[in-house]
Amino acid sequence: MEALYVFCVGMLTFCGIFLCLRGRTFPVVLGLTLLSYAVNLFLFSSGRLQLDGAAILGISDSYTDPLPQALVLTAIVIGFAMIAFVVILAMRARADLGNDFVDGREPPDADQAIKPTRGKV
Amino acid sequence: MSMHLAVLPILLPLFGGLFMLLPPFSGPENYQRRRFAALLLMVLQISCSVGLMLQVMQQGPTFYALGNWQAPFGIVLFADRLSMLLVVLNGILGLGATLYAFAGVDREGKYFHPLLQFQLMGINGAFLTGDLFNLFVFFEVLLIASYALLIHGGGKQKTLANVHYVILNLIGSSLFLFALGTLYGTTGTLNIADMALRIAQLSAGEQVIAKAGGLLLLIVFGLKAAMLPLHFWLPRTYAAASAPVAALFAIMTKVGIYGIFRVYTVIFGEQAGELANMVQPWIWPLAFLTIIVGSIGALASPNLRHLSANLVVISVGTLLIAFALRTPQATAAGLFYLVHSTLVTGALFLIADMVGQQRGKALDWFVMARKVSQPALLGILFFVGAMTVAGLPPFSGFIGKLVVLQSAHSAAEILWIWPIILIAGLITIIALSRAGTTMFWRYTGEGDRSQVQRVSRWQVSAVILLLLGSPLMVIFGAVVTDYTTAAATELHQLQGLFEVMNLQEATK
Repeated sequence: MEALYVFCVGMLTFCGIFLCLRGRTFPVVLGLTLLSYAVNLFLFSSGRLQLDGAAILGISDSYTDPLPQALVLTAIVIGFAMIAFVVILAMRARADLGNDFVDGREPPDADQAIKPTRGKV
Repeated sequence: MSMHLAVLPILLPLFGGLFMLLPPFSGPENYQRRRFAALLLMVLQISCSVGLMLQVMQQGPTFYALGNWQAPFGIVLFADRLSMLLVVLNGILGLGATLYAFAGVDREGKYFHPLLQFQLMGINGAFLTGDLFNLFVFFEVLLIASYALLIHGGGKQKTLANVHYVILNLIGSSLFLFALGTLYGTTGTLNIADMALRIAQLSAGEQVIAKAGGLLLLIVFGLKAAMLPLHFWLPRTYAAASAPVAALFAIMTKVGIYGIFRVYTVIFGEQAGELANMVQPWIWPLAFLTIIVGSIGALASPNLRHLSANLVVISVGTLLIAFALRTPQATAAGLFYLVHSTLVTGALFLIADMVGQQRGKALDWFVMARKVSQPALLGILFFVGAMTVAGLPPFSGFIGKLVVLQSAHSAAEILWIWPIILIAGLITIIALSRAGTTMFWRYTGEGDRSQVQRVSRWQVSAVILLLLGSPLMVIFGAVVTDYTTAAATELHQLQGLFEVMNLQEATK
């Protein structure tokens, strides 16, 4: 279970960081979303992974740490609000700046970035 | 009442900001009521903070257990001299920004004053909290308020700067959570004091993980503080923000500095066993590079707002040096410098806006333009601000730099620190004198005076309020240095912290 969990968190983080480094706002917003998913899963695992454990005393024999669950809940709420804000901001930037690049202007080699030549080969 | 004093600097702006969104204060026509309420709130907030500061000075540090859940299980607020100094400073800066905004900035949008209150709440909370996750929450509060404040008024430049600022800080927040998860997973606590107790008891394998978490935290704080490789967002953001917002942002970098001081003195400080002072080798070069790059940026700045933003970067570098020296004396010097630099850089952003208001389209760019219509007033304000920030006597910058220089003891430290800080001071003087001569002495005729807006009394009073800190810090220099010395000693002596919070060692 641990290996699968670690792989998922790592993959999400990798994709999130990769997308955050893109030049247009839409992939960046997606990247931030994936990154926040990865963070939530990571926080959840900080109380150790345990099956069939109750977070409340006296219900079952094995217990799990309730605090990470509270932390994840807080992180989800905050992350959700922040993503909502950045989506609106990206739309505003598209309207104000006339393009959807994070830098606010098209890079000189934008044509190559948008239309990779591999289709013509 | 005095029992709950510690939570008031957070609750007052929270409820004040909320009430300003409700009917008697909302609506574009009720801006006078909002202004009155904002002023009242600022005065209340400052008096509460000063009251708490006096209480802390007399009775020592206190903690406030929210919901009466005791440390280390509940979230606690912790008020000692260091946090109270910063909370009071935040109040004064907030009052300056509020007063300045009365001149018209607050009418560019409907929610300026509520947002400003939420921002103050976040900053106060970040200074007061004794819990790392709570620190994250307050960081987010101050950040989301700052996102909205930065774009307040609208415009292409603000949107552009805001996109970078928001994306960078969101990535920073994710890293913060990764760091917190790592630290919680190894130490099993989030209370700063409790973590300090447990960090030394970790096994070798856990120490590596905790070290990774600690260094991730450094990236987060470095991003907030504009430490070198993470400072590129700062000049454009601060230059794009409207003047009172930029002035308030002067304390935002100090939140990062505060985080570095608190976390790496208390948690990863002297008593952390293998992990003691683990960030120091990183901070040294980064601090020097921050000063150097800030100085180059100051020389290359095309306008006064960019110049002020680069001066913020230089002050961050100086503060990081004060941190890296790792003695209570150096910390005390750093705190003195912190108060001085926050007030004066805040004032410089306001002066840049006032000058720009009278120079037509040239704004505060360093080009020939029409003459400012109140050269004497603006010139004196700029001169005082420039002398202070450059560190010339008789202003507080001189003492601030002097104490930082004095806290370097060994020959190697002196050999590195003295030249860099002094040369940075010289470059500051060069950049500021170029700025002053271009803006005040090189002009093209008198121009058409009829259209020029005179600076309002609110603006002048805000700038004077912030600049007044400088001579006061010189006149009451002994009081201030005594206070910062006591604050630094308190920060470095962890035993007192554990006693206040009723924490025991070896509770693993």
